[in-house]
Order: sequence, then C-alpha cells, then structure tokens
Amino acid sequence: MKQTRDDKRTTVEIRHLYKIFGDDPKGALAHVEAGMSKTEILKEHNHVVGLNDINVEVKDGDITVMMGLSGSGKSTLIRHLNRLIEPTAGEVVVDGDDIMAYGDEALRRLRREKMSMVFQNFALFPHRTVLENAALALAVRGVKRADYEDEARRWLDRVGLGGNADQYPSALSGGMQQRVGLARALTSNAPIMLMDEAFSALDPLIRTDMQDLLLELQAELSKTVVFISHDLDEALKLADHLVILKDGYVVQQDEPQAILMNPGDDYIIDFISDINRARVLRVRSVMRATAQPQPNVAGQVHPEDTLEKVIAISGGETGLRYAVTDDEGRQVGILEMQDLVRALVPTGASESGMRTRASA
Amino acid sequence: MATYDFVFDALGLRGWCGEASTDTDAPMSMDELLAQSGGGGGGAAPAVSLWELPFPSMDALNDACAAFPQSRELTQGLERGFLNAKDAMSFVLDPLTQPLSWALESALYGILTTPWWIVIPILMAITWFVSRSWGLLAFVTLSIAGLAFIDHYDYAMQTLAIIFVCAFICVLIGVPIGIAMSRSDSFQNGAIPVLDMLQTLPPFVYLIPLIFLFSVTEPKLYGIAIILYAIVPVIRLTNLGIRMVDPHVMEAAEAFGMTRRQKLYGVQIPLALPNIMAGVNQTIMMSLAMVVIASLVSAPGLGVLVLRGIRNLELGVGLVAGLGIVILAVILDRVTKASLARINAQQKS
Ligand SMILES: Nc1ncnc2c1ncn2[C@@H]1O[C@H](COP(=O)(O)OP(=O)(O)OP(=O)(O)O)[C@@H](O)[C@H]1O
Ligand SMILES: [Mg+2]
Repeated sequence: MKQTRDDKRTTVEIRHLYKIFGDDPKGALAHVEAGMSKTEILKEHNHVVGLNDINVEVKDGDITVMMGLSGSGKSTLIRHLNRLIEPTAGEVVVDGDDIMAYGDEALRRLRREKMSMVFQNFALFPHRTVLENAALALAVRGVKRADYEDEARRWLDRVGLGGNADQYPSALSGGMQQRVGLARALTSNAPIMLMDEAFSALDPLIRTDMQDLLLELQAELSKTVVFISHDLDEALKLADHLVILKDGYVVQQDEPQAILMNPGDDYIIDFISDINRARVLRVRSVMRATAQPQPNVAGQVHPEDTLEKVIAISGGETGLRYAVTDDEGRQVGILEMQDLVRALVPTGASESGMRTRASA
Repeated sequence: MATYDFVFDALGLRGWCGEASTDTDAPMSMDELLAQSGGGGGGAAPAVSLWELPFPSMDALNDACAAFPQSRELTQGLERGFLNAKDAMSFVLDPLTQPLSWALESALYGILTTPWWIVIPILMAITWFVSRSWGLLAFVTLSIAGLAFIDHYDYAMQTLAIIFVCAFICVLIGVPIGIAMSRSDSFQNGAIPVLDMLQTLPPFVYLIPLIFLFSVTEPKLYGIAIILYAIVPVIRLTNLGIRMVDPHVMEAAEAFGMTRRQKLYGVQIPLALPNIMAGVNQTIMMSLAMVVIASLVSAPGLGVLVLRGIRNLELGVGLVAGLGIVILAVILDRVTKASLARINAQQKS
C-alpha cells in the first residue's frame, strides 16, 4: 500500500510566513494581517507584499512543487527556506529546528550539509571547470581536490556529462549547464534540494529530458525536493504535493490529482482549464473504490495509469468497464468509461458529475 | 572712503573696524599698489559709477574696514597652518613612509649594479611569463636593446625601477581599498570624492605640500607623489569589478554556504580580475606620466633628460629622452594588456 501524506515525516515546515518589501515592513505587516490586498498596500502604503501568511509542510522524500504566475512570490518563498531572504514574520522549521534562530555558523552548516540549490539561470562559476563546479559543495567544506574528484565525477557521469569534466561552463549548452547545476546540487549529498525554476530557461525538448532525469534520480535517491515552476504541465508531472500561489498567498495546496478534480476557486479553474486532462489525470482519481468484483469487466487497468492510456486500450468505446488492480493484482476499484469521459471535460462545465471523488 | 563703507556702517560694525578706515597699517593690496604707481594716489574718495562697481571681494571689503582680512591673508594663513602642522605630520609620516625610500633606493641600486646581461633576460622572462607571445617578446627585447645602444640604458632602467616599485605599492594598497569600497556603500560614497580630487588635481600640485613635508633629496618625496597620482584607477576598477560580479553567481556562493573569505578569494577576486588588471594597466601608465614630472623633485631617469632638454635648450637630448619614454610606455602598455587578454581568454574558454 502506498504511503499516505500523513505517514510521512515533515522535513520543512513553513509557518505563518510573511515577507513585505519596503522601508517599513513591520508597519505594513499590520495592514496585511488586517486583510488589505496586495494592490491596496502597494497603492496606499507603497510596500510590496511578497509573501502573505504562507503555511506549507514539505514532506520527506516528496517533490513539493510551488507554482504560480510571475510575481506570485515563488522565488521569494524558496529563498526563505535557506534564508537567502529574511522574513518579515514567521518561521521556517527544518527537521524540528527553527532556522530563524540560527546564527551565521549554524546557517552555513545548513546550507552546506542539508540543502542544495539549483537556479533558473544556472549560476555556475565561470572561472571554474565543470568538475570544480560540480564539486563546489565539497570544496566549500574544505575537501581537497584529490578527495572530491571521484565523487564529483560520479555525479557528472550520472547526469550524462562524464566527458565534459575539464571544460569551462561557457563551452556548454544551456541544457548541459543545468546538468552541471544538478550535479553540483547532488554532489553536496544534501537531503533537501531547492530548485528555483530549474528547467524554465531550457528548450521544451531538453526540459522534458531534464524532468525525466529528475524523476529517475528521485526514484533512486528519494530526496526532499522543493521545485518552483510557472508551468502547470511541469508541475503536474513532477509534483507529489502541489502548492498554488497567487499574489503572495497560497490559493490551494493538495495532491495534484485532487486539485484537478476539486479546484478550490475560479482562479484555479482558469488555471487548469487549458491542460490535456487525459494525459495528467490518473485512473485512481476517477475510479469508484471498491473491492467488490463486478460483472462484465473488459479488462484490468492500474490505478496509476493515465486516462489517455485507458482510452487507447478501450479503443474509444465508452460503454466499457474496467477492474482497477494494484501491483499485487488485488482489485481496488472499478472504472466506468462513462466516468472517465466525464472527467475529461473541464471542471466548470460538469459540476455535479466531477465532484464525486471516489478514492477514499 | 571706499565703496563698501555702507555695509559696515549699516551693520553697526564701524567700531569693530577701527576708526581710521583708510590705509592704516594693513599691507597694501595689489589694486592699491597699482593705483599708487599710476600716480592717482590720494585720499579723495573716487566717485565710483555703477559700471565700475567692484565685486565685494575680501580686498574691496578690507578697503572699507581695516579689520576685515585681505585675501592674501588666506593664502598666508593656509601656509602658516600647514607649517605649524608640518612638524607633527612629518613626525608621523616620516617613519611611516621610510620603507618607500628604502624600496626605491634599493630598486634603483639593484637595477643599475646588476649587469645588463642579467637584467635584460629577466625583463624578457617577465614579458614571456605574463604574455606568452613571441612577437611581444621580440618587440620588448629590440626596444630595450635599442635604448641601450643609444646609451640610454641607465636612465630607462631607473625609470622602470621607479615604476615597478610604485605600481606594486599602488596594487598592494589599492586593491584592499577597492575591496573595502565594494563592501560598503557609505565608504564608497566617502571615497569617491577623494579619488575624484586625486585624479583631477594637476600633477604638479601634488608636489607642493610634499616638498614642505619631506626633503627634496629623499626618494619617498616623488614616490608618494607618483603613488597618490597613480593609485586611483586600481582602486576604482577593483571596486567596480567586484560590484559587477554576477549577483546570481554570488547568490549561488551564498546558497552553498561559502564564508565571506571564500566568496572573496574564490569568486569575487577571480571574477573581478580582468577589471583589476585593467586598473593595473592604467596605474602603470599614470606612474610613467608622473615619474617624468617628478624629475623636478629629483626623481632619476629619462625625465631628468627631458628636463635638461628644456632647461638648457638641448633639443636633441630632450627629444631622444621623450622618444625613450614613448618606447617604455608602449612596452608597459602592451605587456600589461597582453596579460589582461590572457586572463580574459582563460575565463571565457
Ligand atoms: N528585493 C525586492 N524588492 C522589492 N520587491 C520585490 C523584491 N523581490 C521581489 N519583490 C516583489 O515580490 C513579488 C514576488 O517576487 P518573486 O520574484 O518572488 O516572484 P516570482 O513568483 O518568483 O516571479 P517570476 O516567475 O517572475 O520569477 C513581486 O511582486 C516582486 O516585485
Ligand atoms: Mg522567480
């Protein structure tokens, strides 16, 4: 049985986090807490609300994706997790410690040993070779070249750059540079990985490659990943837990399938209206959960199969019914093709049929 | 009666001025001297038309009120103040700058007592080391050999020695100052006017206070003048270079837990190096310009010959020395630029 979210350990907890940019953030905080909107605060008090009462739990081994449009505060939020930005109010708790209480030394240790980071614009050191870049985290800790070389080469090999170790970053394409960025984060061996729009600057094809690489690595390493994205398809592909931000506050956070099936408000409905639902929705989201065998099943499907795959299997026939069986071959539900087709219609158009969420 | 009597009368300051308001014991101003020699001297108050109204300058006001200082007292006061502070200043500055004298003396001594067949290969080696260019090496060798051939070897080497010492000290002091400026905006705001002043002050003016402070026979006199004049670009470009380091790269350094020291030596200085080297190039060129002027205060080298050319109207001597300076300038410029280009190429490739 799959581990549910509640069973997992909370690695990073963000509690009531506020960030206000301006001359008197504490003063403006009172207005934010009193419920003034971002635009009002900007107009009347000339302060920018970066983050507004953020509460998120990042679970161990999950990919938590924070997404939102430009200016929604994604970069600001992720930079609070390793305190590249100081909050106006609130706490960030990492493995039980409030990192806001950390001094310089403790903070450096956190950044060196617990968290690594991948940046949208790669931010490699142009004056160091690919190998030296990949080994940055180790070099910072004082490890000598002879001792870090093997480790760095191993990770460069792993991201497919074994042959480029002695080149300088400027000799590499964008996609390859970001592989170095990824290798740099992996070589640090930190359990938490922060990725700020790590793949946004890449061409679509290379982006897909990188996403696949990340998922592959994740299956192997089970890091705790916080991933920032403004691309819904990317978010849905990667996320175990999806946090949607708007104007600095959290609009909705949940498992991606749940958000697709039960969007919290009009903003989210708008947001998800353009995606290819057949490709991202999974059988478990539209099946009726039951162990009771049913007559006339046309075959068996897996709960994690996408609807697209089931449509292909069914040959487009809408009257069919499938048994949903897990890895051990036990039946966990029944999928009616009718439900499947209904689920393909964007939420706003089919209120009643959609909201019956079968998975308990 | 003088034009501005009414000012003091109106302010009720007549008493402060003293009764005899005209030409008492105050030294005569230039105007008065001219007026006297012009033969118009006399007590009669000239009726001044509006057209000839003098600016209410210190001298004009002194005419009206003897207690008001003349402008020459300003310059005299400045001089007196400086002379009073001089002893205290030399007491502090003398020992502090003594190493500069030693450095210059030993560099001059060293470069002249070492035989030419050692010095020239050393210079060639330095050229090769920083530029790795055969063409430049050949150019430098031929130029120095040419200067030696026309018996200007000693002068040229003296000039070079002074430039080496001064430029080295400029880098030694200038780079840390530039780093400090890049780290603190308030320090930068305070330092920039000083740098602006150092850069705009005419080179001769540097010499004036220094002549009072140190004896003209001491090498540090011209050493300090050269350093003050030439240090500005290396400070400015170090500051600029560090401030221009990609903020994203700095953020990555921060995110991976680098200390301030690691960031400085591992990221900021290496990435600012092209700019710092451009500053060093300018510093060296400015040292060369100043070392010629400094021959007025006993700096040895090619400048002395230029000066002799001017003083004794020895046209040939002056022109040949001038040509020698041009050759040195080209050598220094090319060699520093070549090393700069090499650093740039290293960072790009
Ligand atoms: N240093 C700052 N000073 C003032 N305002 C800031 C600062 N940094 C961010 N902001 C503001 O905070 C808000 C959130 O910015 P942030 O960069 O976190 O957005 P983002 O979601 O990462 O957007 P993007 O997709 O463009 O990267 C924006 O309105 C931005 O203008
Ligand atoms: Mg951003």
